[in-house]
Amino acid sequence: MAKIKSLADLRKMKEEAQSKIKLRENSANPEQVVQIKIGMATCGIASGAKETMKFFVEELEQEAIDAVVTQTGCMGYCYAEPTIEVTLPGKEPVVYGHVKKEKAREIIDSYIKRGELVDGIIPVSFKTIDD
Amino acid sequence: MTDYKMHLLICGGTGCKASESDEIKNRLTQLIHDLGLEDEVQVVLTGCFGFCEKGPIIKVLPDNTFYVQVTPNDVVEIVEEHIVKGRPVKRLLYTDPTSDEQISDSKGMDFYKKQIRIALKNCGFINPENIDEYIARDGYQALGKCLSEHTPEEVIKEIKDSGLRGRGGGGFPTGLKWEITKNVENEQKYVVCNADEGDPGAFMDRSILEGDPHSVLEAMAICGYCIGADKGLIYIRAEYPLAIQRLKIAIKQAEDYGLIGDDILGSGFNFRLELRYGAGAFVCGEETALIHSMEGLRGEPTFKPPFPSVSGYMGKPTNVNNVETFANIPVIINKGAEWFSKIGTEKSKGTKVFALAGKINNVGLIEVPMGTTLREVIYDIGGGIKDGKAFKAVQTGGPSGGCLTKDYLDLPIDYDNLLASGSMMGSGGMIVMDEDDCMVSIAKFYLDFTLEESCGKCTPCRVGNKRLYELLDKITRGKGEEQDVEKLKELSGVIKDTALCGLGQTSPNPVLSTITNFEHEYKAHVIDGKCPAGQCKSLLRYDIIEDLCTGCTLCFRNCPVGAISGERRQPHYIDQTLCIKCGVCYEKCKFNAITLT
Repeated sequence: MAKIKSLADLRKMKEEAQSKIKLRENSANPEQVVQIKIGMATCGIASGAKETMKFFVEELEQEAIDAVVTQTGCMGYCYAEPTIEVTLPGKEPVVYGHVKKEKAREIIDSYIKRGELVDGIIPVSFKTIDD
Repeated sequence: MTDYKMHLLICGGTGCKASESDEIKNRLTQLIHDLGLEDEVQVVLTGCFGFCEKGPIIKVLPDNTFYVQVTPNDVVEIVEEHIVKGRPVKRLLYTDPTSDEQISDSKGMDFYKKQIRIALKNCGFINPENIDEYIARDGYQALGKCLSEHTPEEVIKEIKDSGLRGRGGGGFPTGLKWEITKNVENEQKYVVCNADEGDPGAFMDRSILEGDPHSVLEAMAICGYCIGADKGLIYIRAEYPLAIQRLKIAIKQAEDYGLIGDDILGSGFNFRLELRYGAGAFVCGEETALIHSMEGLRGEPTFKPPFPSVSGYMGKPTNVNNVETFANIPVIINKGAEWFSKIGTEKSKGTKVFALAGKINNVGLIEVPMGTTLREVIYDIGGGIKDGKAFKAVQTGGPSGGCLTKDYLDLPIDYDNLLASGSMMGSGGMIVMDEDDCMVSIAKFYLDFTLEESCGKCTPCRVGNKRLYELLDKITRGKGEEQDVEKLKELSGVIKDTALCGLGQTSPNPVLSTITNFEHEYKAHVIDGKCPAGQCKSLLRYDIIEDLCTGCTLCFRNCPVGAISGERRQPHYIDQTLCIKCGVCYEKCKFNAITLT
């Protein structure tokens, strides 16, 4: 791992990292990958987020759906753990709550494959610092 | 791929379900089916929008139209007007209370300004174990900016101007603390992050460390640069294994990139980080006890002054800040003090993260601007009280805080207002209680906690709290006398005045605050021998009403201790000496023949 030697290097690094993520997120190409983030803080894991993550990784692989499944921290919806955020190429991210295996199955079959929303969306109700 | 042109999101939160959101969904689905639009329009039930007073809510995508207080009778109009003709139904739009304007696009609603995520800016967005994702979201930019473009004095001035105050609960101005530590002459200084979160029902710091560990590391390095420290220590309780693991990964990644270590970004500034584990003693969140614990001594507080800023870890000047305080720092540097100080109230700037727990529908982690009212937090964001029960009180500030009753629902939450109302900000636990909670038992619960956690160094806390607990226990067992309430007040006052540290000085707060706000409950326990909330078992009594009892023997067969007797088809009878007040008979009886008094 090369060390970052100056602020200019760090800024370049940021742009590279951003463009990598942007490429993943904003591609208009429908063949692009599906992104799934799984809330994996202590609370999420306690409610079964690890099983959910394993399920997504295995199922999507089995169905040959090109997807990136990553972990993230607490989204703040303790009452609806495990929570996941699904971003289909070219679409706004959607957060789903109470995602155990059964729900995960439904999300793969309806939303990821056919673009049909599934019951149990958690609406975003906060502003970020960039809004 | 099905190509829907429109999505109707219907809130299926508890509150909206209670006001027929299921019925609305069914009618909509039916109507859309009848019109043959099911391939173009999809109806979806969502989780709580958190705008419960205006429920049921329907949000229409892609145009973001936001309908409030929809009834099943409005469905036809929504379908015919909005879906078929593309004209929003004006009378169902949300009207802004201040400007009286109708708002159709939900993005323009005040409601969406209720939560602003600053400390939690990256939680739930980035992979905490991947430094690149943090860097992509402006990570380490603030540190780079400070090291390359600003003197420590300038950075401290920025923090001072922002008005940031300690988020551990004390509310001491952060910039001032940094300045004091900076101005103490010493070749060795330390930055300490207090991650010893111990309040019952609080998990803000854990979530930040697990979701965005780099923001804390970056802020600690900035603090080190400002005060002239080359070493940072994170004191974290060993009960947070995942947070520890992620911190370790984060430190390793930051070191690999050269963002922590020697000559950071070519500036000549060196900064190293170490983790120190706490054994989970609550008192070790008090900064002097924390420092002793890190030195390998007993985790006991010592008298201040000297403050850690002057003589802390190993006798050197030490700057101790809480996790959430640190998490705010990079944003302040990146966005500027002016931006930050526009958020919040006059004396409390920025936002506060609260862990919302207890009898509330949407248990969760929220971050609201200072000055948000309790009502907004509980009813708008929290989705109201579970099972439609009545709100009784909310405990803020954990075992050191107090309870706030419905009279305080419209109080803007900030440091000073909470203190003035007999509670405190504390670290951000917020425990909501409903009509079924007995306030004497609640006070006893908190005393039980402080009693367990008292380090025992000073007599008022070690002995006084024990006596307080015994008095409360006596009251909940129905053995209380009228003078006990006076004794509680008097003893609480003495402990407050004479205990050595914050833990002892604030431990009687739950007692005093419940007596102030709910003296009638104490009185009911000691004078009438009743527990109004029906929680204190010793004060309950189950009786069978002869006229209503059919002699079905259901209670007799279910009583676990054989306290019920009686012949078949004859009224039954409960032997009070044997009854353990478990309430099984009360639940089982189909004829409401059993009373609870």
